[in-house]
Amino acid sequence: MIVLVMTVLLTLLAVITIVIIRQRSLFAVVILTGVYSFLMASVLIVLDAVDVAMTEASVGAGVSTVLLLATLYLTQSREYPQPRPAIIPLFVALGIGGALIAGTFGLPPFGSADTPIHNRTAPRYLAKSIEETTVPNVVTSVLADYRGYDTMGETVVIFTAGIGVLLLLLGRRRRYSSETGEEIQGE
Amino acid sequence: MNTITPLLLHYNYFITIFLMVSGLYIVIARGNMIKKLVGLSLFQSSVYLLYVSPGKILEGTAPIIDDAYSIYSNPLPHVLILTAIVVGVATLALGLALVVRIHEAYGTIEEDEIFDREKGL
Amino acid sequence: MRRDLILRIVTKLVLPFILLFALYVHFHGDFGPGGGFQAGVIAAGMLILHSIVFGVRSTKHIAPQGLVEAMIPLGVLIYASVGIPALISGRNFLDYGVFDPHHTPHGHHLGILMVESGVLITVFSTMLAIFYAFSERGRS
Repeated sequence: MIVLVMTVLLTLLAVITIVIIRQRSLFAVVILTGVYSFLMASVLIVLDAVDVAMTEASVGAGVSTVLLLATLYLTQSREYPQPRPAIIPLFVALGIGGALIAGTFGLPPFGSADTPIHNRTAPRYLAKSIEETTVPNVVTSVLADYRGYDTMGETVVIFTAGIGVLLLLLGRRRRYSSETGEEIQGE
Repeated sequence: MNTITPLLLHYNYFITIFLMVSGLYIVIARGNMIKKLVGLSLFQSSVYLLYVSPGKILEGTAPIIDDAYSIYSNPLPHVLILTAIVVGVATLALGLALVVRIHEAYGTIEEDEIFDREKGL
Repeated sequence: MRRDLILRIVTKLVLPFILLFALYVHFHGDFGPGGGFQAGVIAAGMLILHSIVFGVRSTKHIAPQGLVEAMIPLGVLIYASVGIPALISGRNFLDYGVFDPHHTPHGHHLGILMVESGVLITVFSTMLAIFYAFSERGRS
């Protein structure tokens, strides 16, 4: 049953990706990205990653859609047709994709429990989380306690990215003439 | 049936690779910078699938400890990907801020037009 | 959006519940899905919805831009300073057992909540500051 639901949701993801590639209107692309994020959140729920699904639904479909729409408002919302042929990128993509798919047959089938990733650190976290931290949600206890260093690094990355955006956008606004390329003084 | 089942149980990897490759294709083939960033986030979300789908156990449940269950899916990929999503949107915002500045400087977000303008200078 | 009566009333009704949900996600993150990252994004989403319907200027009355920008490093500072008491008492950095030496698991629980609060503050203020920065650009 789970495999069936997964198959349907993943097929929908692939269909939306194809539409995103072909679509020229950037507004439609942004909205489809939001749809894509909600579908991805559903897939993550089927995969038992409830915390990740919640993050994906609020971040991917919420905040990043708003930011993309804001950028469209500030720039342009139409993609121009490409003058150059798309043969080489297609060749690169198909080549890499083919090689990777040939490699997947060495991977364990979906949902199997006897793979290495289930037998190393994860059972210890699952067994000791309540005893050591009194927190039933293992994702939270691993995130904030067992791997607290990692999360601190991630917080610093978010901090850095935020500072970068503020530096780029809150600085003095300069305009350049489109013909001569020289700076226009004053607003 | 016997030939279908192995393919079905590797279907998640196929779709992961398809998403990855289409993100790569958009980044290489399209000149529009917003489209490139969308392609980059497609690539990124394929990595979410790549990490989370091996962590699933078919009879398992979400890794929230309760007496009623004994088999849980692997919580470790969830932790890694959870932070990756939030960092991903922060870096996407940084990329979009750069796009806004490029548009102010050149009046376009198409790569080819920017190259033409650079040559003209 | 001045004349969109239904949109304005419904938004006013929904906003407190979104904030309540964000706080629930934050403080219930130990027992169910959620935590600082999700709560921060949901809380920022609430204020972004407010500014889309009522205008950025009225949102800046609720959450002044300077305060939001000051909160970005504050969250990182909270996270890092949670590890300091453990260092002083000779334990490893970010060892939360120090907060309750008699019953270490409770100390860990407390430490997780404090660290998640740091994450919540940084994520919330970063998302909102980025949104402010984009809207600022559009007006000038």
